[in-house]
Amino acid sequence: MGARTILHSDCNCFYASVEHLHHPELREKPVAVGGDPEARHGIVLTADYMAKRRGVKTGMALWQARQVCPELVFLPPRMDLYLRFSRMAREIYADYTDRQEPFGCDECWLDVSESVDIRGDGLHIAQEISDRIKKELGITVSIGVSYNKIFAKLGSDYKKPDAITTMGQDEYKLKAWPLPASDLLYVGHSTEKKLTRLGILTIGDIAQTEPALLESWLGKMGLVLWTFANGLDNSPVSIENVRAPIKSIGNSVTTPRDLITDQDVKIILYVLAESVAARLRDNGFRCLVVEISLRDNGLFSFTRQRKIDHATNISGEIAEVAYQLYKENYNIDNKPLRSIGVRGCSLVTENYWEQLDLFSSAEQREKKLKMERAVDEVRRRFGFYSLQRGIMHLDENLSAVNAREDHIVHPRGYFGQ
Amino acid sequence: METQKVYVDVMAEFTKEGILLPRGITWEDGRKYEITRVVSKKRAASMKAGGVGDKYVCIVDGREVSLFYEDNNMWFMERSGN
Repeated sequence: MGARTILHSDCNCFYASVEHLHHPELREKPVAVGGDPEARHGIVLTADYMAKRRGVKTGMALWQARQVCPELVFLPPRMDLYLRFSRMAREIYADYTDRQEPFGCDECWLDVSESVDIRGDGLHIAQEISDRIKKELGITVSIGVSYNKIFAKLGSDYKKPDAITTMGQDEYKLKAWPLPASDLLYVGHSTEKKLTRLGILTIGDIAQTEPALLESWLGKMGLVLWTFANGLDNSPVSIENVRAPIKSIGNSVTTPRDLITDQDVKIILYVLAESVAARLRDNGFRCLVVEISLRDNGLFSFTRQRKIDHATNISGEIAEVAYQLYKENYNIDNKPLRSIGVRGCSLVTENYWEQLDLFSSAEQREKKLKMERAVDEVRRRFGFYSLQRGIMHLDENLSAVNAREDHIVHPRGYFGQ
Repeated sequence: METQKVYVDVMAEFTKEGILLPRGITWEDGRKYEITRVVSKKRAASMKAGGVGDKYVCIVDGREVSLFYEDNNMWFMERSGN
């Protein structure tokens, strides 16, 4: 195999940029996208460059952010809008390669090796992609161009915003090696501390350390980091685009009254499962894991999850697994419940394929899915309450609860699952 | 600040090839304009009005104007001037 050409494209301050585009009146103002403070999950998800320069950091509580930057404008996140932009960006990437591997919803690796004969070299393609994203989506990207995924990512981080950095075979010693070790993927807080204690401060230091020594200090990860630092990482950009750009989709609710019977819980689980399944379908995702979170009226809470046999976005299937998990892990007679969440995790896209088995009917599932899509359509046209499950009428106060959206968008691990 | 994004009523036709073509615009003050030609259609962002959509470059009264078809199925234009 000859040298590969790999790009890593990173949308700069993704959420904040999309919001800026939709709020031209805020152009000269620092903006942060963050949770609604009243809903109690008040942290900064993304800040724009103006806010970052003033010291606002991702993960800060809203009140902290306001302390360092009083004129900061907070906007509540609109995840579905960002996912739409993420899809549009991937449509543009798709004009250059089918080998795309998203890393979170704002980053993506592209293997364009097969396109260089037709479209020009990596730098040229990166330039074209960057121009098109700017013109067609109104946001900017930083792109790294290299021959492996790790250096491509270092390249996209090298200069921001709206920049292209090459990290070729002849350049990486100059550009990548002087960077601090913590810039390397998988050098986190504790690894960085260990390395610093051993006098290893830069990526170049890692590259030039005896791999056996690194292994003795850091275990298997030491060897991996050595490979990364020397540009020897040869992990492929996944061909089939089966990973979802976000990690999970969940809904949770604090109920208007404490739940005291299994039936109460079942109603809420169905409400939540319907919402989760509808949102999975909206985005073209299915989940491989169902998770529930329970909190009793003493505010003690825990979560349980289970891998299921077939990836699903069918509400009945999600609700059944959720109810099983609940029954196996909780006895409502001991203590009433106050709040419940249902979440679909390990998301895959529609391109995901799986082995059929003899004991479940693919045909039946296909029918169920069609039925659910029909329900979506009826609800879209005539309102959410136009079509309801029978169970919802057992207690209409409970079934009318408004499920709160919440996503986890951290990227999956580099090594897959 | 006055918004630069103006949603407009649009008369449009579908060709038998399935192509959507705007034919006339009603501006916010009620005046109607005929679109005599559609020059191009491309996805584009409007930095000025704030939004993304299919951008139709149209000829109205001999002049080029841009009309955006947003994916909420609404049409908008950028207010001229600043």
